[in-house]
Amino acid sequence: MASGQREKFENPVIEWVDSRLPVFTMMQKEYGVFPTPKNFNYFWNFGAIAMFMLVTMILSGIILAMHYTAHNMHAFDSVERIMRDVNYGWLIRYIHSNGASFFFIAVYIHIFRGIYYGSYKRPRELLWIFGVLIFLLMMATAFMGYVLPWGQMSFWGAQVITNFFSAIPWVGEDIVLWLRGGFAIDNPTLNRFFSLHYLLPFVIVGVVFLHIWALHVTGSNNPEGIEPKTEKDTLPFHPYYTMKDTFGILVFVAIYAIFVFFFPNALGHPDNYIPADPMVTPAHIVPEWYFLPFYAILRAFTFGVNIYILAGLGLTVVALLPLFTKKTAKEISLPVMSFLMALAGVLLLLGYFSQLELESGAKALSLPLSTAFVDAKLCGVLAMFGAIAVLFVLPFLDTHPVRSARYRPWFKLGVLLLVVDVVILTVCGAKPAEGFWVPLSQVSMLYYMGFFMMGIPFLSKFEPIKDLPKSIHQSVLGGERA
Amino acid sequence: MSSSSDKSKDIQDTTKRDFLYLTAASMGAVAAGSVVWPLVDQMNPAADTLALSTTEVDLSPIKEGQSITVVWRGAPVFIRKRTHAEIEESRGVDVSTLRDKESDEDRTQKAEWLVMTGICTHLGCIPLGQKSGDQKGDYGGWFCPCHGSHYDTAGRIRKGPAPKNLIVPPYEFLDDTTLRIG
Ligand code: HEM
Ligand code: FES
Repeated sequence: MASGQREKFENPVIEWVDSRLPVFTMMQKEYGVFPTPKNFNYFWNFGAIAMFMLVTMILSGIILAMHYTAHNMHAFDSVERIMRDVNYGWLIRYIHSNGASFFFIAVYIHIFRGIYYGSYKRPRELLWIFGVLIFLLMMATAFMGYVLPWGQMSFWGAQVITNFFSAIPWVGEDIVLWLRGGFAIDNPTLNRFFSLHYLLPFVIVGVVFLHIWALHVTGSNNPEGIEPKTEKDTLPFHPYYTMKDTFGILVFVAIYAIFVFFFPNALGHPDNYIPADPMVTPAHIVPEWYFLPFYAILRAFTFGVNIYILAGLGLTVVALLPLFTKKTAKEISLPVMSFLMALAGVLLLLGYFSQLELESGAKALSLPLSTAFVDAKLCGVLAMFGAIAVLFVLPFLDTHPVRSARYRPWFKLGVLLLVVDVVILTVCGAKPAEGFWVPLSQVSMLYYMGFFMMGIPFLSKFEPIKDLPKSIHQSVLGGERA
Repeated sequence: MSSSSDKSKDIQDTTKRDFLYLTAASMGAVAAGSVVWPLVDQMNPAADTLALSTTEVDLSPIKEGQSITVVWRGAPVFIRKRTHAEIEESRGVDVSTLRDKESDEDRTQKAEWLVMTGICTHLGCIPLGQKSGDQKGDYGGWFCPCHGSHYDTAGRIRKGPAPKNLIVPPYEFLDDTTLRIG
């Protein structure tokens, strides 16, 4: 930042400011000439789109807050007043409520991009971790925002979600009381949620800043997953990517606008237009669509951990340990690992079916000690948070040297199946937890967890290392592989 | 320079400094804690919220086999005048087979009056079973539609994901027809 290294600007006003605080130099360096891989595909648009959505949410939110009343007797009516009486209130509200959905769409695609092209890997681990943190903060923000209109889904969503914490042994009930500020979801809860819903987006802005700072230290990844080596591999950010990002944002906003204007309630739930009633639970409590996969994982646990499941899990850890302790695939015995895994599988199935049997009163297995000692509720809550937590440690689970799925056919298959799996979980989360949907969400949950905790470490050691292109430039020109 | 007396003074100095350092640090920790605690505790229920802690209920209009729902601390409380069949059914259960082992006698003060909070111990929905047309589940008590928990005629969890029986709040019979909850 020494002003000696600074190039002078021609405009005297800019020069005056920049010589005192070199913001223009900084912008020039980070967004003007910033060398960016020249082979980006459209997946690389979603960071800018997410950024755009964050700004949209903050602007529309601040306007809503001018007309909204955070009181349990007035909240619902104040939102109706926004819809009917406030000039363009309906527009601002629909921008905000559909904006939350489109923000999540952008971020989910952005996360998929990161996984598929291995952007989470060295040296971008911290960048990735900040990203997952943003995702977590977004979920908290969106949850609290959804409570504000104080409809039936707002109220019962808050009831169910704050109740997650009651699963924590011993202190759970006290934590729930503390979160709610009362014995039930009530005005104190609404007030604090409004305060936090206002605050958290600005915390997100802070973490986004760190996220981008880290990005500008390592530079962007790209679809080939190889580092740029020479100037031929990159383009200056401006005008090439400023233009491409603008184009991407326009297309995205066009779709978003279709929802805002023509299907403003398609992504919401009609029950939220019924004022909150603490004495009546809606027949089906469904969270917003972007939470459904996690909700399905929560409900997949109709069983807990009994002695067989504990033994099965223990054996799984033992079986997979060599994946972490041994350096190369050669040192790992596949037959031993498969045998232990098969044994673990049998134990897990026994644990599962013995509990089904207890529940149904059948007597086919009649195993001793089949009662669960960690109950289903706690297991569900842990698995749900675990499904997010596993994203934080992903960079450390995957030690394969190749980044992009383009050069990892096995990994590619696994990730694409993961996408299908998450879609299935989303559907399961929307359906009542009964019949066929229960085992389906259980199997899908198993794949989700298995992919991250077993598949990725396994592939790290066993997936063959393919030859990569010599450079981005060569791969763009269809050059030979090294 | 480094005579033996100097050395012992050095040691004395270090121990004295360590002591001062530790006391200062622990005072700092106490100070920080005493500032943080009010910031945390303000989120707990306020005095006016706590003051809503009792509700009185007139039981005289409730006939055998009928239930009412009253509000206590912002949440529903189920009060049911149970039939003989219900009481007998509940008392006939072997307690050791239950998930949350409580006998019918543990859960009632007077056999015919069952009083409990109407909040599913799974994730907090209100179970069905208060109205005569409601689904009552496999055990003839209450059924939570959210994730399918079945409660028996004493409000004990029998099937489904809920870990505990419906909670019995503290209550007292002021006279034959008046109940005070809380
Ligand atoms: C990360 C960014 C944000 C997300 C994901 C988000 C999400 C949401 C959601 C899902 C709702 C419920 C919409 C509905 O169904 O009506 C909501 C409501 C609300 N939000 Fe936000 N929000 C964000 C930022 C903000 C900001 C910065 C403010 C400003 C103070 C704000 C103020 C409000 C208000 C007043 C409501 C209630 C009015 C209504 O329900 O339409 N939000 N928010
Ligand atoms: S809340 Fe009652 S079964 Fe889940």
